[in-house]
Amino acid sequence: MLAAALKKELLLQWRSRSQMMAVFVFGASSLLLFSFAIGPNAEMLRTFSAGFLWLGLLLSSTLTLSESFHAEMENRALEGLLLLPSDPRALYYGKAIANWLQLTVLGVALVPVMVVLYDAGTLQLLKLLLIIALGTAGLSAPGTLYAAMTAQVRAKQTLLPLLLFPLIVPALLASVKATSFVILGDPMQQSRSWIALLGAFDLIYWSLCGLLYGRVVEE
Amino acid sequence: MKAGIVLVVLGVVLLLAGSYLGLFVAPAEQYMGDVQRIMYVHVPTAWNWMLVVITTFVSAILFLFTANAKYDARVEAGLEVSTLLAFLLCCQGSIWAKPTWGVWWDWDPRLTSVAVLLVAFVGILALRQFVDDPRRRAVWSSVATIIAAVDLPIVYFSVKWWNSLHQQQSTPQTVSSQFHLPLRLNAFGVLCLSFGFVVLRTIVAARRLEQEMAAPPIAGEAGELA
Repeated sequence: MLAAALKKELLLQWRSRSQMMAVFVFGASSLLLFSFAIGPNAEMLRTFSAGFLWLGLLLSSTLTLSESFHAEMENRALEGLLLLPSDPRALYYGKAIANWLQLTVLGVALVPVMVVLYDAGTLQLLKLLLIIALGTAGLSAPGTLYAAMTAQVRAKQTLLPLLLFPLIVPALLASVKATSFVILGDPMQQSRSWIALLGAFDLIYWSLCGLLYGRVVEE
Repeated sequence: MKAGIVLVVLGVVLLLAGSYLGLFVAPAEQYMGDVQRIMYVHVPTAWNWMLVVITTFVSAILFLFTANAKYDARVEAGLEVSTLLAFLLCCQGSIWAKPTWGVWWDWDPRLTSVAVLLVAFVGILALRQFVDDPRRRAVWSSVATIIAAVDLPIVYFSVKWWNSLHQQQSTPQTVSSQFHLPLRLNAFGVLCLSFGFVVLRTIVAARRLEQEMAAPPIAGEAGELA
């Protein structure tokens, strides 16, 4: 069932890939704008590059997450899905994993933009990929749950970030710290503990949100 | 209803007595001077904020298990009172921090956690405004409350790693005995006041919910609306 749900989500995302492209352009243009907030000081831009990357990713993620229940809301498709003889958790994890993959791809795509704009290159690409994967996992687990709620109410574009942003403070903090250690060098090996914190955050929210999802969509 | 009013009155009396002692009787602190006197309200607010957050969290869990509307009313009351206390906490902290640390705000774990939970609870209160179906509103705000409350220790821990400046928590053991009485009186004062507010607000929420659930009085009116 999980595989079927995931397949459905990925197919949906593939068919709406033009939206993904637009979100990427949004993320890239926000990275461009952040540099105007700082000014043309190359050293400073490099120092803050990890923070800007994650802020850009966070802002873009609200766009993809708030749209992620769009198809389910049409023609009351969500009710139809819930009538299937299966666990609603499979639906949740299918969507959360699909959102996670989408955000990871988005994050990876934004890295070259960051490197070019802020001169923030690194050769530890695998470690950077790991951090992006763990960080976006932290965004997508609660993000998918809150998207399921806010998709059904008025003012969803405002409510989703309002609910999600305070929640993911630890994930954002840990991702930014770990990423900036990767970019700026990490003589004290501090990035490892931040990655561990990210892992713990993901573990807690992937299990907790899966448990609570059934209650959110019931009826 | 009566219990709530009694608690509020008792809270006001205790707070007046404690604040009088704290402002005029207790000696000024050796290093911080009179600025330190804000601790007589700040520390009790912090303790009781935590208590209200815990009761809200417990009510949210109980609601999800029992689906009893009375717990939803408690969640609503707890969310509002803890938002109020968290806001007061941030204001009092800033007033104290400016003359002591030289800045209004500091990225300390306790300060940041309170601010994060304040924003999170405001978000949940906003969500409640936008959901018309009372049953959904209750379930969703309980779910969101549980998620936000679970976040609190993680926020605290992560910000602690990130940066720390706040002084160690005060307990009556670390405070000189002359400061005990006003601190204790105010602690019970804020306790009575906050839980008095929770009790009264719960009654209001429960009545409002009752009204929402009640069938429309005249069939003709309902038909017109539909």
